[in-house]
Amino acid sequence: MTKINTHIGRRAFIRNTSLASGGLVLGFSFLNSCKPEQAKEMSGTEMPNEWFEMNSYLKIGDNGMVTVYTPNPEFGQNIRTSMPMLVAEELDVDWKNVVVEQAPYHAEKYGFQLTGGSTGIKARWIPLRMAGATAKQMLMAAAAKTWQVPAEEITTKGGVLQHAASEKSAGYGEMASVAATLDVPVEVQLKEVKDFKLIGRSHKNVDAKKIITGEPMFGMDYQKDGMLIAMIVHPPAFGMTLKSVDDEAVKAMPGIKDVITIKSFKEGFKKHGFDTNAFPELVAIVGNSTWEVMQAKKKLNAEWKPITATTEIVNGFFGKETRNTPAGLESTQGHKAQMEALASIPGNIVRKDGNPEAAFKKAAKILERSYSAPFLAHNSMEPINAFAHVEGNKVKIAAPIQIPSFIIPTLESSLGIPKENIEMELPRMGGGFGRKGYAHFVVEAALISQKVNAPIKLVYSREDDMTTGIYRPTYHATYRAAFDENNNLTALHIKAGGIPESPLFANRFPAGAIDNYLAEEWSIDSNITVGAFRAPRSNFMAGAEQAFLDEVAETMNKDAIQFRLDLLKRAKENPVGEDNQYDAQRYAGVLELVQEKSAWKQKDESKHRGVAAYFCHNSYAAHVLDLKMENGKPVVEKVVCAIDCGVVVNPDAATNMAEGAITDGVGNAFFGELTFKDGVPQKNNFHQYQMIRMKEAPKEIDVHFVQNEIDPTGMGEPPFPPVFGAVANALYKATGQRHYSQPFITKKEVVG
Amino acid sequence: MAKFNLKINGQTQEVDVDPTTPMLWVLRDHVKLVGTKYGCGIAQCGACTVHLGNNAVRSCQLPVSAVGEQEITTIEGLSENGNHPVQQAWLEIDVPQCGYCQAGQIMSASALLKRTPNPSDEEIESAMNGNICRCGTYTRIKKAIKTAVNAENV
Repeated sequence: MTKINTHIGRRAFIRNTSLASGGLVLGFSFLNSCKPEQAKEMSGTEMPNEWFEMNSYLKIGDNGMVTVYTPNPEFGQNIRTSMPMLVAEELDVDWKNVVVEQAPYHAEKYGFQLTGGSTGIKARWIPLRMAGATAKQMLMAAAAKTWQVPAEEITTKGGVLQHAASEKSAGYGEMASVAATLDVPVEVQLKEVKDFKLIGRSHKNVDAKKIITGEPMFGMDYQKDGMLIAMIVHPPAFGMTLKSVDDEAVKAMPGIKDVITIKSFKEGFKKHGFDTNAFPELVAIVGNSTWEVMQAKKKLNAEWKPITATTEIVNGFFGKETRNTPAGLESTQGHKAQMEALASIPGNIVRKDGNPEAAFKKAAKILERSYSAPFLAHNSMEPINAFAHVEGNKVKIAAPIQIPSFIIPTLESSLGIPKENIEMELPRMGGGFGRKGYAHFVVEAALISQKVNAPIKLVYSREDDMTTGIYRPTYHATYRAAFDENNNLTALHIKAGGIPESPLFANRFPAGAIDNYLAEEWSIDSNITVGAFRAPRSNFMAGAEQAFLDEVAETMNKDAIQFRLDLLKRAKENPVGEDNQYDAQRYAGVLELVQEKSAWKQKDESKHRGVAAYFCHNSYAAHVLDLKMENGKPVVEKVVCAIDCGVVVNPDAATNMAEGAITDGVGNAFFGELTFKDGVPQKNNFHQYQMIRMKEAPKEIDVHFVQNEIDPTGMGEPPFPPVFGAVANALYKATGQRHYSQPFITKKEVVG
Repeated sequence: MAKFNLKINGQTQEVDVDPTTPMLWVLRDHVKLVGTKYGCGIAQCGACTVHLGNNAVRSCQLPVSAVGEQEITTIEGLSENGNHPVQQAWLEIDVPQCGYCQAGQIMSASALLKRTPNPSDEEIESAMNGNICRCGTYTRIKKAIKTAVNAENV
């Protein structure tokens, strides 16, 4: 695909940037100067005497140094490197002269500052390049004006403006003062993919030095003079709320300043879909130091009472949604029985092609399998935290969160502070995985600060982090395949559901590849709160679907990859239905690439190999995973991975992310599980919740990208879901047993 | 409360804290060295790893009263300017994703190489098994440790 020679009219430019993706407004003066020490060290050059702001994303120093304000919060996907690369590419500057600063939350200047849904690079691909291209064009215009030559005769190279005919040249720094006074150009031209100098070449993490020397950078590291530490005490079970608190003894403990109760929502507040919160009434203990508050937390006497059932209308991503919260204390055992009951009766039909009922009726053979997966906790290494300082009608916040804009209305309402008086810094997150998109803890921190009238840092203990909800839901799916007397696949039936949501994507593969197709779904309400978890719903469906297709291929005596390629060929050449949400050719592309790179066709019988592929977040990923059993334990020897996410901005960083997704997937497939008894989470820390460690991690991971010129699509999530399928299929080869229920490896069960 | 004179990163620091306070919180809240991270508080994740003398220990389980004269080294004191071979290897392999666990990983790895300069894969896995990386950078961590070994052997 060739594209990218983008002429954007001034009107479109302003509309695109200020409404959709952040304003490019000249003469904008918000920008803080960057910290001199850091800038100097990073660039290896002296600090400029003066900065000139070209737009909200970048400023240029009189010595040619460039500061890029990177808009989205960082949680390990390395966008603090790859987003500034987009700006620098089009600005045409040497990377060594670029300093990266984290933009604060500011919707008008930086648009939708979302870290989630694998949308970062995809959403910023054009706007950030425009920011660089616009500034470059203004520098060229400044040179033309200064030298009295036509602007179109000016060229740039590595931060230098040149005019060949008159043999004039000047660094960007020399022209920045004039450029900053010029009008934003009417049109900007973006580079062709073939002309990229930075994009597509690996650049090291700009924060690596700070990370490996332990510099403060995470939300948890935030410090301020006079800052107190706050921790919460929450109900011990889902389905419970605060009844009363006896704080007398705790208030007298050393270092304790106050014990208060807070309510996260004002009566009648219209909640956003991300205002999920199982425990909106909390006790907060505030003190001088974390250890002192932790001791007080253990001693606090509170009484709890059952909640009453509620029905709320929330503003979700797709409009208004009804959210039912039943009363009662739920248990995993009960959940399983409920799910099996609903799985055995008809669900809501979401898609139907052909005549699946008839095909099943006259089938020579039917294969039916059910798959399930438990609730999962995100378990980011950095427990939940937030800094807040309310002073009168203003609040300053520093919070490691994924979607700052979503919590602003809640803050406005709960604090009674207008949104223009809410300032928010976006420190680095020590992992997020979806959990830090639900920023109730920011509201809690701000309410505590408001009540105790001091700057505070709210710190969740690991136990709080693991037991306050927003989990990956528990899911169940039944797949049925019909075969005719010649062993041809004639129909496919999926019935999927979960607590509290269905994981089904009815219009994804293999929809479109099978004449008779039926997809049904169901869901069960719960008071256990759930939220996005790396590739929501896909992270279950991929495993179930790819494990089932493996068994279908086996039933048909077909090679597992060739079987999938045959289905995709059908979907491409003669698709069934019209709403198939995947590109069959790109899907086949990753399977072909992983087939080649894993030497799949060599049929090495000594290897126990599982293959799986999936499409989500606009990208395609396929894995071949080799596994062996050693002393009754599975060892993942090697994973070969192929990804099509369009243009790869920073290949080594993307490779790192794919390696992480694969390791994360293996870990959760093997061990990930949170269970409940009478509303109480049965695990509250890492002695109970098994996380993958180095010994269980894949011994080798080999990542390959499909080379094309398609605009970038998702990268953080797509390689994660298919891992579950590859693990299940390789486990079968290694043990002779199919695995249907996650987690596949538990302490009770010895496989093989 | 009680006063303790601690040797941290080659300097003496006086703190006045409850004697049961774990070194993790002494470092983070009182000495303001926040490179050492809180992850679990029960010695299960390794994010709080520091050196006590030459040994890697979980500072969340080390009460300040148990330290005495022993030298404590944190990530901030591992080298002058991030130039310890393990830190350099971490940069070369570009290990971190979110980065939160990496100080603990580096402290475990540097303690390993001090006592076992040329570890086998099994020795690396055993020494590093107490450090969780939720982002899943284990393959890079292992590679970086081997890179540090080779750099030392040159």
